[in-house]
Amino acid sequence: MSKEEFCKMISVSEPGPGDGGNTGSWRVRRPVIDLEKCIPAKTGKPACFNCWLYCPDGVVTKTLPPTIDYTYCKGCGICAEECPSGAITMVDEASFIKEEK
Amino acid sequence: MHVIESGNVAAATGVKLARVQVIAAYPITPQTPLTEKLSEFVEGGELPAEYIPVESEHSAMAVCIAASTAGARAFTATSANGLLYMNEQLHWAAGSRLPLVMCVANRGVGAPWTVWNDHQDTISQRDLGWIQLYCADHQQIHDTVLKAFKLAETVSIPVMVCYDGYLLSHTYMPFELPEQEEVDAFLPPFAPTHFLNPEAPRNFNSVTLPDVRPDLHGNTAPGYMEIRKTLQGDLRRSLTEIEAIDEAFGEIFGRSGTPFLEPYCCDDADYVVLCMGSLSYQLHDVIDTLRDEGVKIGVMGLKVYRPFPDAAIREALCGRKRVIVFEKALSYGNQGALYADVKSALYSAETRPAVNNYILGLGGREIKTQHLYDALTESINNEAAIGDEPQWIGLKL
Repeated sequence: MSKEEFCKMISVSEPGPGDGGNTGSWRVRRPVIDLEKCIPAKTGKPACFNCWLYCPDGVVTKTLPPTIDYTYCKGCGICAEECPSGAITMVDEASFIKEEK
Repeated sequence: MHVIESGNVAAATGVKLARVQVIAAYPITPQTPLTEKLSEFVEGGELPAEYIPVESEHSAMAVCIAASTAGARAFTATSANGLLYMNEQLHWAAGSRLPLVMCVANRGVGAPWTVWNDHQDTISQRDLGWIQLYCADHQQIHDTVLKAFKLAETVSIPVMVCYDGYLLSHTYMPFELPEQEEVDAFLPPFAPTHFLNPEAPRNFNSVTLPDVRPDLHGNTAPGYMEIRKTLQGDLRRSLTEIEAIDEAFGEIFGRSGTPFLEPYCCDDADYVVLCMGSLSYQLHDVIDTLRDEGVKIGVMGLKVYRPFPDAAIREALCGRKRVIVFEKALSYGNQGALYADVKSALYSAETRPAVNNYILGLGGREIKTQHLYDALTESINNEAAIGDEPQWIGLKL
């Protein structure tokens, strides 16, 4: 019997967005950025980016303005906690479901 | 080369000849001098391996997991409570399908505190997904270590090489050491299919959700249940590999022929004793005495406990009058674990022998030949079943 016949299914994968599944579906509160308060958005300068730096899932972009990929954002709220200008608010997902309806 | 050495040295020389690349071990009780011998080999330049002393057995297994994931041939050893301290990492090693080899000098488990031999430590770890091999003497310890690496790397499943603490680990016996060239011919360098490689980064064993899900490229990746079913299937199919490796070992080293069960006086035996470890050899004297008295009895030493060689056991025991299972461990609240497994294997046999269960030698309680003789004559003469409750041998109170 050759080695290839064993160990056909293991957990090995190429790292990249979505390797952990559609983790955005886990979210109960959604971080929403107020661009009037957000430092890089407001000043038009690549500064601050604490949200990008602290996000444990790498779903915040280091762009003007910063954006959040809600497909994978789990809604942990660390970005809102770390934002020095209070520009990020955690909003109940239920309110968006009502809106969508 | 013919040597007289301890069981631990028999294991250590096997590990050295297997050209192990990483050894991680915790040096304090319940560790055995096996790892001291290995550190001597490394320090003396005889074994070009990384020897990593760690702060606990849990860390020892974690280091072995990391080393093996990086593509190295890795080894550790432990006993009793040290083995149990590894428990979570042991499951991880099996689920990760890493071909580690670990020696366990079997000892009782506290409380109350004991350091002496029984099999409770490894028996309590039978459901990990590891392969468990048991040895009856020093030659088997040495040979089994070599075969364990071959087996682990063929089927991608970690292997425990179990031998009786003190009775084998610390006693001296003669055994044959093979030449390095012979071992190299038997055991080629470890060539893993998947390993950590900075050129091609991979996630190993990241979270699985209850259902399967697509990977980055949209292909369906196996979920937890598929991966676990594969482990079970591969363990069952490992029985065929164990036979093939035993045969390949025999071609080079001249010792083979009993991959699962080592019988003594069993050809015409109506009564068969089944047990694991050095006890099967100790029983030879008792079998000889009973044979002199005209009793058709034999003993079988079981060498492979997981995967359980149920077909081989069924074939070996079907048609016998009575099977007597001697065990140095219990599935507390039920019966001896081996006893339950043997009965389960015999359920589909055409003619089922009666089966009795004796518990002995716990915490190193001395096993006297007279006690074994008395237990066997009791079992043989008691044609009415003794019952399903395990009988205890050698109790003093």
